[in-house]
Amino acid sequence: MEQDSQPLVAVEGAEAESLTAEQAIANLRQTADMGLRYYAAWWLGRFRVAEPTVIESLVLALEDESDRAPDGGYPLRRNAARALGKLGDRTVVPALIKCLACDDYYVRESAAQALESLGDPLAIPALRALLAGGVAAAVAVPGKPHLVQPYNAILEALGTLGATEAIEDIAPFLEHDVAQVQNAATRALYQLTGDATYCDRLVERLQELNLQLRRSAMMDLGAIGYLPAAEAIATTLAENSLKLIALQGVLESHLRQSNFPSQALSDDARRVLVLMDELL
Amino acid sequence: MVNGLQPTKAGVGAPVAELVRAIETADSKGAMVVAVNNLAAAQDVDAIPTLITVLGYNNPGAAVAAVNGLAALGSAAVPALLEQIDGYNYGARAWAIRALALIGDPRALPVLLETAKGDFALSVRRAAARGLGTIHWPLLPPDQAAIAQRDVLEVLTQATADPEWVVRYAAVAGLQALATDSVEPIRQKPLILASLRRSFEQDETLAVQARARLALDTLALQ
Repeated sequence: MEQDSQPLVAVEGAEAESLTAEQAIANLRQTADMGLRYYAAWWLGRFRVAEPTVIESLVLALEDESDRAPDGGYPLRRNAARALGKLGDRTVVPALIKCLACDDYYVRESAAQALESLGDPLAIPALRALLAGGVAAAVAVPGKPHLVQPYNAILEALGTLGATEAIEDIAPFLEHDVAQVQNAATRALYQLTGDATYCDRLVERLQELNLQLRRSAMMDLGAIGYLPAAEAIATTLAENSLKLIALQGVLESHLRQSNFPSQALSDDARRVLVLMDELL
Repeated sequence: MVNGLQPTKAGVGAPVAELVRAIETADSKGAMVVAVNNLAAAQDVDAIPTLITVLGYNNPGAAVAAVNGLAALGSAAVPALLEQIDGYNYGARAWAIRALALIGDPRALPVLLETAKGDFALSVRRAAARGLGTIHWPLLPPDQAAIAQRDVLEVLTQATADPEWVVRYAAVAGLQALATDSVEPIRQKPLILASLRRSFEQDETLAVQARARLALDTLALQ
């Protein structure tokens, strides 16, 4: 089961294929059926329908008040933020920055992840502000399965956005109690400093007893494209589906640096491809 | 290690039963992995039903050990795998398809073709596409192999347009292997090369383009 209980299961299934872009857009624009609207927001992001009317409707959905979860959260806003992260239109960055102040934790998390994908440094000050109070303030919300802020997403976004001005804010999170938060800080600091000793910390995590920690370190190494970790990723004890995604990250970041496809495959690229073949 | 295809029956009954009991009583995921590894290492056909059952547990480490154990037993494990392929547990199904793919027994062809074409779960389609490329073709008479390879080529070419990059990647790897083992190279190789070139030039995922490049480079050297 484990292989398919990952988020990637959400992209499978006949239902997803049967909707057309026109129907999905219509479903997103109507307000009578909240379920259809919620699903359409996901679908349009998944199939990357980046038409102006979709962008406009998704931005509107970021301020939706009608779809409320039992916990007071905003399911449609969460999906709309995630979708906007996939559509690559940077004009939505200010709207997503506003979502970082939403009182729903999951909207803030989705917005931080979307801002990371869109890659616009404009988001840095607002993301950095969420680290206010440092590790001392980064505590769990009583009765909830999460901390007061989506620190993983915030740290990862700051790393990807090249927020070197935030290095001193990020460094203390290496010592946060939650291992995944430590990983996110480690990964960001590698991206911001280029110091490979940070990656070696993540590689060591691949030997942890806890499967969740191994998965988290593996996905971080894939996200930052750390080539020397390829063998360690291929041999850690985890499901092949996730190893393949992590190795894809490592491979593609190397391919971009070596100007593939206009240049030939390097020996390093061939090495990673052989590792991936064995996991199919 | 003993030869898995010809296990000696004498005296192995008790140890296998003991190894199976160790799996049933494992009290942690780690202990389970060790117990499955031990049973897999025995390379005994009596271990097959238990190894297949382990594929349905939610424990990737144990599943990897069980798949390796089944793969090492080779053709002896194929009838049980085909019989017990689990239609509703996608995790178990993916691992069973993976074991069949590693074994490469042509008896698995119908299941691999059907799965690569239309299974709901991408991890299962991925394993099947890979397996279609690594069938041990000499086990079939040449005329049957030729017919089967035409089906495989058709399904793998379709799979290079799968919505999931990892299935397309597996299809490309499968096509490379098929080109190497084709019994009708004059008829099939140009079709395979055309499909690989399309993936190299047009696939939206860089990793798939790279895999197609590797396939084209490798086939050009043969």
